[in-house]
Amino acid sequence: MHMVECKRSEATMAVKLVLRDKEYEIRPGMTLLEALRKAGIAYESVIATRDGEMILEDEILKEGEVIKLIAVISGGAR
Amino acid sequence: MRQHKLALCKNHFLEWVPQQTERFIRKYKMFTREEKILVAISGGKDSLSLWDILGRLGYQADGLYLGLGIDGGIDYSSGSHRMAEKFARANGLQLHVLDVRREYGRSIPELSEISYRGHGKPCAVCGLVKRHEMNRLARDLGYDVLATGHNLDDEAAVLFGNTLVWNAEYLLRQGPVLAERDGFARKVKPLCRFYEREMTAYALARGIDYIYDECPFAEGSQSIYYKEVLNQLESGRPGAKLTFYLRFLEARAGGELFKGENEQPTHLHPCTKCGQPTTALDQCSFCRMIEKSTVAEL
Repeated sequence: MHMVECKRSEATMAVKLVLRDKEYEIRPGMTLLEALRKAGIAYESVIATRDGEMILEDEILKEGEVIKLIAVISGGAR
Repeated sequence: MRQHKLALCKNHFLEWVPQQTERFIRKYKMFTREEKILVAISGGKDSLSLWDILGRLGYQADGLYLGLGIDGGIDYSSGSHRMAEKFARANGLQLHVLDVRREYGRSIPELSEISYRGHGKPCAVCGLVKRHEMNRLARDLGYDVLATGHNLDDEAAVLFGNTLVWNAEYLLRQGPVLAERDGFARKVKPLCRFYEREMTAYALARGIDYIYDECPFAEGSQSIYYKEVLNQLESGRPGAKLTFYLRFLEARAGGELFKGENEQPTHLHPCTKCGQPTTALDQCSFCRMIEKSTVAEL
């Protein structure tokens, strides 16, 4: 678990970003773009989904949400 | 899509991608609806999306899947083969399958160990085998054109790598279309102007089930590293990747690159074994590698 930003109080539930086998906890209230920057993830390299639906960079992430990030980069011999 | 300053809802995005693909097919004169297209299928998001789009646009497109024999602890090749078969069955499409081990006695990782190409990673051998076999099968099976699912990030990464070392020969050869000549099938990349992110979004929005696991040998690869570097650039300058690639195509088409000796095409000879074109005077790299693996077996 990568703790990116500490929770401000015990009553505030962090936003969880999940990318493959990694998890990042982010303070709620940020946009997706800000949250990805905090986690050190390039916006271009992932697609973010909430309950299976894609969300955009200016979406505000709310308390307790789990955002699944789908890696878009593939490589090797193409 | 920050590079286009465009935001679309799911339904309009699913219309926009095929429309743009059609535009690129026409712009670069890739193929017509009368021609037979062989689509190289890996089971990944790009190739399956390309196959989906060509079908929706009314093109005659069959698939070709090469079984590479890569396991990597996740049964990678079997998984990707399942995805390709599943897509073909669900859409009533024809998929040709060639298993490299069955055809040549060894899988890609095994061929790589014998050939010593690629310094311990099989990517170089994998690329060689794919190019050779896709070209051979496109011609043997009577297709007019071979289509691959390379997206803009793939193309920009290759361009970046070749620019770093100023590989003039490769730079002059890179483009959305490689014309048919001297034993080479025509090769086209209809997705070459879509960001990798857009193609992932298309596959997800369309509900295409693709292999999400990365090839186990791709980790730490040069192409992924270049893509990450370019994405850093893109984060600060939306549209940078697209501009990098499009300005290159314009410069190349305008004859502004490498004037002089490099304009002469490389002289090719037929391979003495398989007959496919090669710069070598006797056997091509592929046949030399297969011969070496056969000798190692004795």
